[in-house]
Amino acid sequence: METLRILLLLFLIICAVSVSFSKKLLVSVVIYMAFSLVMAIIWLILESPDLAITEGAVGAGVTSILLFVTLKKIRSIRTEYSEKEQEEE
Amino acid sequence: MSKRNPDYENSFWQKFAMWCSGDYDPAKGKFEMKKPGQKSKGPNIIGKLMHILAQEESIYASERDKNLRTFNRFYIIVSVALGFLLTILLLVTVSQLPRFGDANAPENNEVARRYIEKGLEETGAVNIVAGMILDYRAFDTFGESCVLFVASCCVLMLLKEKKPEPEKRYDPVNSAILQPAARILVPIIIIFGIYVILNGHISPGGGFSGGAIIGTGFILYQTAFGFEKTGKFLSEKFIKVITVLALSFYCFAKSYSFYTGANHLHSVITPGTPGAILSAGLIVYLNICVGIVVACTMYSFYAAFRRGSF
Amino acid sequence: MVSTFFTNYEEVASCILFVIGMMNLLLQPNLIKKIIGLDIMDCSVYLFLAAKGYIEGRHAPIYVDGVTDAVNYINPVPSGLVLTGIVVSVSVSALMMALTINLYREYSTLNLDEIMMKLRQEETEKLGRLTYGAVEDEE
Repeated sequence: METLRILLLLFLIICAVSVSFSKKLLVSVVIYMAFSLVMAIIWLILESPDLAITEGAVGAGVTSILLFVTLKKIRSIRTEYSEKEQEEE
Repeated sequence: MSKRNPDYENSFWQKFAMWCSGDYDPAKGKFEMKKPGQKSKGPNIIGKLMHILAQEESIYASERDKNLRTFNRFYIIVSVALGFLLTILLLVTVSQLPRFGDANAPENNEVARRYIEKGLEETGAVNIVAGMILDYRAFDTFGESCVLFVASCCVLMLLKEKKPEPEKRYDPVNSAILQPAARILVPIIIIFGIYVILNGHISPGGGFSGGAIIGTGFILYQTAFGFEKTGKFLSEKFIKVITVLALSFYCFAKSYSFYTGANHLHSVITPGTPGAILSAGLIVYLNICVGIVVACTMYSFYAAFRRGSF
Repeated sequence: MVSTFFTNYEEVASCILFVIGMMNLLLQPNLIKKIIGLDIMDCSVYLFLAAKGYIEGRHAPIYVDGVTDAVNYINPVPSGLVLTGIVVSVSVSALMMALTINLYREYSTLNLDEIMMKLRQEETEKLGRLTYGAVEDEE
């Protein structure tokens, strides 16, 4: 049990470090998703199933979806701008 | 008496005496008199502006400017030092804490013991956390639901677009994988969310987690079938009305229970038999309210990000 | 004194995560990564709280067979605090993402340094327009 705890916490720290060092934003969002899922497992180990369910639905689900949609929106704004520039040319 | 000091002529004190008697005006001939309202001339304000402009341009003109580079290096060094300092400070604090999992730690005091020992009797909820956040600290949870509602309003305001974006090329409409999968998964997800909400007082879960699960189900449905189909049952007006209704029901129900409790009146709300679905007094209904608010908030976040409106 | 490090893994990890998140906030120029850094800071605080509530050998705070003895269950107070905190942190990060989208629409970059540079440039241009406009008026 103690080994599992240490392994999961190490995974958390590695995820948190690699979020800032990954070059692509999409990759860092996916890493954050994994971070949240491992967080849910840790809460199950800490005997708080309420938190595990909430974190699984909210942290890994909704936050990541919102981050993905933000990236998509930014991309669509970028293509909009480039289209406008092309039309002007 | 009449013997005057020759130095006195035209000296400061003579002028001062003349000024006192009113014969002398020290400002005469030195200042230019102007009518009010006339534009100021000369090298005053514009010169200053020009100076500032030149300075500004010299600061940011090239990114490789020396000042900026020094500042950046200084900033990085200071923040890394701050990080090390904070780590050491926090680790020293952790080293003073009681052992992990210690039953005699100061945070396991009479508050937690009271919640556990009297919780079942007073609230009727099997899940102690649900009984705590929806009965003892119910107004706190009401505030949190209001925070969610206000946040969804703010996001809608920030991302409001005059004309909603048409379905764009990135939308996976008529996807052969997504649509059949969504057709199977969405009912299961939503039923699981309803189960989690309704069993919030018996098993782990409750309004917050169940609402988030239902919101995720709506998001999946929207992704697969587009806004036209989702808009049939989840319009902006419907979400607004149902959220406000849920919040006001929460507010009035809890006010009633506080009123009767504070005045020692007879209340129609009883804890009931622990373990049954319709037990634990108001907790089931409050869980449903919180679930509605959370689900609507999650879906409206997604809709606002996706299209700028519903 | 150091011996608690070898039992309180959760607390130590939450301290390290907090500092990592704060370094993300301070040193990362990208706004999306700043948001993720703030979320990591949130998670570290919740982890600390939940670890404080854990008691060894006891079960989750759900009554089993109607036993209401306090020695059977862990501390429910941190769970209740964290449960509401998780949901509110989502709304905070959604608000930040909305502001980020608006910033991108205005300045077409996610880099905070570039945004500051453009902001400053705009201000200087405004100042310049004011100055040269006054000069032209005089002429």
